[in-house]
Amino acid sequence: MKHIPAERQPDASISRPLLRDDTKFAAGKIAAFQYVAVGVFVYLALGYWDLQVRNEEFYYGKALQNQIKSLPIPAPRGRIVDRDGRVIVDNHSSYRLILSRDTLREEHLRPIALGLNMEPSDLEAKVRRFRRQPSYLTIPLKEELTADELTFVEAHKGGDNFPEMELISSMNTRDVLGIKAAQPGKDLKLTIDLDLQVVGELAMQGRRGAVVALDPRTGEVLALVSTPAYDPNHFVGRIDTREWSALRDDPYKPLFNRALQAQLSPGSTFKPIMALAALESGAIDENFTVNCPGGANWYGRWFSCHKKSGHGAVSLKTAIAQSCDVFFYAVGNKLGIDKIAEYGGMAGLGRKTGIDLPGEKDGVLPSSKWKIRTQREKWYAGETISVAVGQGALTVTPLQLAHAIGGIAAGGVWMRPHVVRDEKAAEPLRKANLDAENVSKITYGMYAVVNEWGTAAAARIPGVEMCGKTGTAQLASNDLLKSKNMGEAFKDNAWFVGFAPRQSAEIVVVALFENGEHGNLAAPIVRDVIKAYFDKKARLNKLQQPAPSLASNLGLSGPDR
Amino acid sequence: MAGYRSIRGLDWPLLAIALILCALGILQIYSATLDTAWRAAWWKQSVYLCVGLLAMWIMTQVDYHTLLGQVPILYGVSLVLLVITPLVGRLVWGSKRWIPLGYGFKFQPSEFVKLVIVLLVARYLTELKSDRLEIRDLLKLGALVGVPFALVYAQPDLGTSLTYMPILLIGLFLGGMRWQHAVAVLALVAVLMPVGWFFLKDYQKARLETFIDPMKDPTGKGYQVIQSKIAVGAGGVWGRGVTHGSQTQLRFLPVAHTDFLVSALAEEHGFVGILVVLGLYFLLLMQIVQNAQAAPDRAGMFICMGVCSLLLFHLLINAGMAVGRMPVTGIPLPLMSYGGSSMLSVFMMLGLVNNVRLRRFVS
Repeated sequence: MKHIPAERQPDASISRPLLRDDTKFAAGKIAAFQYVAVGVFVYLALGYWDLQVRNEEFYYGKALQNQIKSLPIPAPRGRIVDRDGRVIVDNHSSYRLILSRDTLREEHLRPIALGLNMEPSDLEAKVRRFRRQPSYLTIPLKEELTADELTFVEAHKGGDNFPEMELISSMNTRDVLGIKAAQPGKDLKLTIDLDLQVVGELAMQGRRGAVVALDPRTGEVLALVSTPAYDPNHFVGRIDTREWSALRDDPYKPLFNRALQAQLSPGSTFKPIMALAALESGAIDENFTVNCPGGANWYGRWFSCHKKSGHGAVSLKTAIAQSCDVFFYAVGNKLGIDKIAEYGGMAGLGRKTGIDLPGEKDGVLPSSKWKIRTQREKWYAGETISVAVGQGALTVTPLQLAHAIGGIAAGGVWMRPHVVRDEKAAEPLRKANLDAENVSKITYGMYAVVNEWGTAAAARIPGVEMCGKTGTAQLASNDLLKSKNMGEAFKDNAWFVGFAPRQSAEIVVVALFENGEHGNLAAPIVRDVIKAYFDKKARLNKLQQPAPSLASNLGLSGPDR
Repeated sequence: MAGYRSIRGLDWPLLAIALILCALGILQIYSATLDTAWRAAWWKQSVYLCVGLLAMWIMTQVDYHTLLGQVPILYGVSLVLLVITPLVGRLVWGSKRWIPLGYGFKFQPSEFVKLVIVLLVARYLTELKSDRLEIRDLLKLGALVGVPFALVYAQPDLGTSLTYMPILLIGLFLGGMRWQHAVAVLALVAVLMPVGWFFLKDYQKARLETFIDPMKDPTGKGYQVIQSKIAVGAGGVWGRGVTHGSQTQLRFLPVAHTDFLVSALAEEHGFVGILVVLGLYFLLLMQIVQNAQAAPDRAGMFICMGVCSLLLFHLLINAGMAVGRMPVTGIPLPLMSYGGSSMLSVFMMLGLVNNVRLRRFVS
């Protein structure tokens, strides 16, 4: 054994390194290693002994707990329905779709992609990514199936020309020991009338702005539209980042609820409130007239009327009907800013209406106090002249305007606007002892706007005593739009506020059409909504039962739109 | 010359034990992957076993002295493979360990580097003329093993990189390391330990923290250990029967066919099953030790002991982590855990042992 063959000598060929063959030297150390190995095995065996023999009961109990698991079953959320009980928001169960690759063939991909609203190339890429994977690995196709997609899968599953697909819920249960039924949430009934809502949305299609319809008697919101809008279904589960940033960075701000949050100069739609202030405070009487030569000089500055040729001698009714600025400059100057603020505040401007929706804005109702508080400067009389025609620092939200005018039309009762239907009658938010004579002078003026020689003759509805007021105003803040260099942004905003009937109004509607140039372009939107209201009322009276609604005819009422 | 290298010269008891362990492993893989996406794993493992046996046979055919002569080349190739792995490798569970070979096959170089390190240590220590290791040799050998260690560690694959250490340690021990040096190295490690903490990846820190106190985060990092201990404990003395372990079958036990196979085994076969398996492993290791003792020269002895200590380390870490006695690392149970690379490298190492055995009659 000690003999070293010649080829294993130190100087032998390189392929045979120097090797010494005295293996006995390590015998003691190998024995030591064996003791270490025995130690390791004893250590391991003791570890298993400890768990399996000494503590078997404990761990067996734990394993049993693992098998029986109580899982909360999420209660179905209540549906959201409109005032007639038509479903606006519903629940649907969600499915995940898994594609098995064992039976998948190339020609399957296109029909599957089409049926699932996917791009065929996306699906191909998805399948290609799995090419290197073992064929028993399945491909997760879609997380949330829509009803259409579900129907598609159910129809084709197991067919000869389709690969295996599996619909699974996320839980893998073997046995269900017991189920305690979850209490579904209560339905949420809204004051929204789906018919009016749809009319408002259709009228605003492709435009930026808002429509608000209220019942001035109760404060119920009948329609609330803000465009451009977004699909709230995309927020179910998790919105993807790309979609979210597209919504967030859209210069037209679809996430901005204009009906509650757009604070803009009301323009001439403010004039009925001016008229109320003037009549109620006694600043003018019914004989008060102003000569309009197309403009007037106030405090060293020329304020022009929108009609450059002038209106001539103008009474209150004509001033409202033809929207004479010069008349209201004079009224504003007589009143002073603080009287204007007093009556504006009575109508609900400059503060939240308290609607049961989040994010409502205050608007600005300027006064001398307000100016000192916010700008540390005294109010200049010249500024009053601008405010008198709804410009200057004055801003309102569409909801505020509807609330304010509705209260005047109702004879001095302002109700809190709300969208959740409450069966019991609410207390008025504010009440004012208005002279009924004064109110009817204003409403007559607004009646004339639509029905006589006014600025919105196009809004007339045969058989309905509709009243209204146009408004044309600059965006209060259009810096952002200007910076984006959009010519359209320099166009004026169009407003229209209308209500009907003239006496004891049932509906008041405000339409805001951003960059719509003139108020008479907003008027048809209001007309459509008010017409829909009275058409529906007439239909119901005739039939004494609900007719198939416009909304369901359009297929817009279901959850799966 | 031909007679003692015939197939009769193989270590049949060793092979029999290995095959029994493989069979138990395949049975357990079958049970642990029932009704899962991995349900084909058991027959794939059977194929790997056949490939492994073939590889073992090939490993016995080339004289291990020739292999030792090729160590510089093997070492160089290993380093190249380890360097390119992160470049071409695919990210799996946060780590690049595999080189894709196409047709669904992938290759884990770090597994095969184990063999090279066994040969490297054997050759280096054999070439020394002294029975005592000088500090210079200690550092040189440490550096030679340290480079692949660092490369695998950086993949990051702490578990596999640590498996190179027992090969080095047993070599140093048998090669005549002075106890003063051992003490010095231990002291150095003790000092560097807190420093090394900063070099650990977050997940590695978390695993060590979990090892110290698994209940700190029972649903997160501690989940694997807690579920594994429940599985083992629930198995009891006799086990709950094949395919009847609830922890395994209801998928509470993570990766029950690979890293935590022993937990599934403990649940379904009980303490008795564990004792049988541990006993088989003990016999396997002792059989390898016996081959080391019978080796014709130092090189053969070092090879056998390197393989033996590597397998012992695998067993200690894998079986220990299942009962919470070792930190969780992705080290498979040799011969039993599902995985082609591991199967192949273990059988190649058994091939090396047989290679030494076949050449034990020098004269």
